[in-house]
Amino acid sequence: MLAIFDYKAGNQTSVHRALEHLGIPNEITNDPEKLDKAIGIIFPGVGAAGQAMEELESGGLDEVIKKLIWQKKPVLGICVGCQILLDYSEENDTKALEVIPGECRLFNPSWVDYEDISIRVPHMGWNQVELLQDCELFKGIDPDADFYFVHSYYPAPKEEFVIGTTRYGIDFCSVHGRKGLWAVQFHPEKSGRPGLQMLRNFYNFCREAADAE
Amino acid sequence: MLSKRVIPCLDVRNGRLTKGIKFEGNVDIGDPVESAKKYYEEGADEIVFYDITASHEARGIFLDVVEKVASQIFIPFSVGGGINSVDDMRDVLVAGAEKVSVNSGAVKNPDIISEGAARFGSQCVVLGMDVKRVPVSEEIPSGFEIVIHGGRKYMGMDAIEWAKTGEALGAGEICLNSIDADGVKNGYDLELTRLVAEAVTIPVIASGGAGNPQHMVDAVTEGKATAALIASIVHYGEYTIPEIKKYMSDHGVQTRMVW
Repeated sequence: MLAIFDYKAGNQTSVHRALEHLGIPNEITNDPEKLDKAIGIIFPGVGAAGQAMEELESGGLDEVIKKLIWQKKPVLGICVGCQILLDYSEENDTKALEVIPGECRLFNPSWVDYEDISIRVPHMGWNQVELLQDCELFKGIDPDADFYFVHSYYPAPKEEFVIGTTRYGIDFCSVHGRKGLWAVQFHPEKSGRPGLQMLRNFYNFCREAADAE
Repeated sequence: MLSKRVIPCLDVRNGRLTKGIKFEGNVDIGDPVESAKKYYEEGADEIVFYDITASHEARGIFLDVVEKVASQIFIPFSVGGGINSVDDMRDVLVAGAEKVSVNSGAVKNPDIISEGAARFGSQCVVLGMDVKRVPVSEEIPSGFEIVIHGGRKYMGMDAIEWAKTGEALGAGEICLNSIDADGVKNGYDLELTRLVAEAVTIPVIASGGAGNPQHMVDAVTEGKATAALIASIVHYGEYTIPEIKKYMSDHGVQTRMVW
């Protein structure tokens, strides 16, 4: 079973619907026992980083998710869930979970994109990912596939944790982490077939990791 | 590179898909859930639903449609029509929409934009604007006026100013509909689209008037829109979404081609 981490700042139900569609057993929960039994955790998030951290801290859920990560439970962070795995976010001047070194920064609307016109903020819509490292999440996904983004802040982790980048004014990091702890800025649950394939890949990785134990 | 979006718009009346010309004479053209699924599978980048039912009773039927859509399509979709309060916004978001479009509800009560943005995030809040060309005046310096009730009521508000106000209040996107161009299939109102797109930094969706794929290319180049809404040209099968996207891509527009 995959657990969808429930902390009131997530798009839990859309992730849930996508997993249901794929026939992947899943549950929206923040019960530490259930999370511990799950073979992997999806850590979603929408809205603002400050509010997301407040929700996490108020219930002690920040320690729960951190402990699962230290125990090497496979985790997939999505959008704000991806951002707050870093040390810090400029959004609401937020101290974040400090799981992956780096910070989250605001797009600058004076940056220009490929058409030589200023970028619009938020970065909203479909964009591609260029992989700098091999990543199990992208198995079987066309390199030209687009993913759905909607965000005003972008992750800027320490270089060795950058897995993939996306062009929007600058080449920002859209996938970061390490094997088994992945964070994606886009929404795989809203990215059509390539996104669904990514969720399936994550599930398959979790199953293999659980079987190997 | 960010792709320009192609967004089919589905008008829903009493749970059925409908389409009119200049907001009038609506006819039943099918099941909205099936249409949404078809467009999703054909590569639509997003889908917009408008509830054009006025009655309270039919609202439940509409929310039912939204829920069914949410469990079958895995791209973003937004919902508009009849959104007059933050509770109305919550209802459609809970039913599974990513974004909610406020139109006349925001004209009557602009605070709904800021309240919605504070509660659900700016990314959820789309400001829908219905606009008509009028003679330039002191009140309407751009010559584009905000209208409501499907274009029947003039509000004495300049469209460009309203777009800026909406952005300042926290709207994450603008869906800009030209009533003059709607359903006529002679192309988007490019002047209006460009004026609004240049006045704000949030994304602008051009709406009203798509008759062929070149119109959509024009909307995202000359009109500076980041997305183009379509209805008749796909609902009646004149063009398919893959044909439209291929045309746009062949004409130098960054388009999502793998789905």
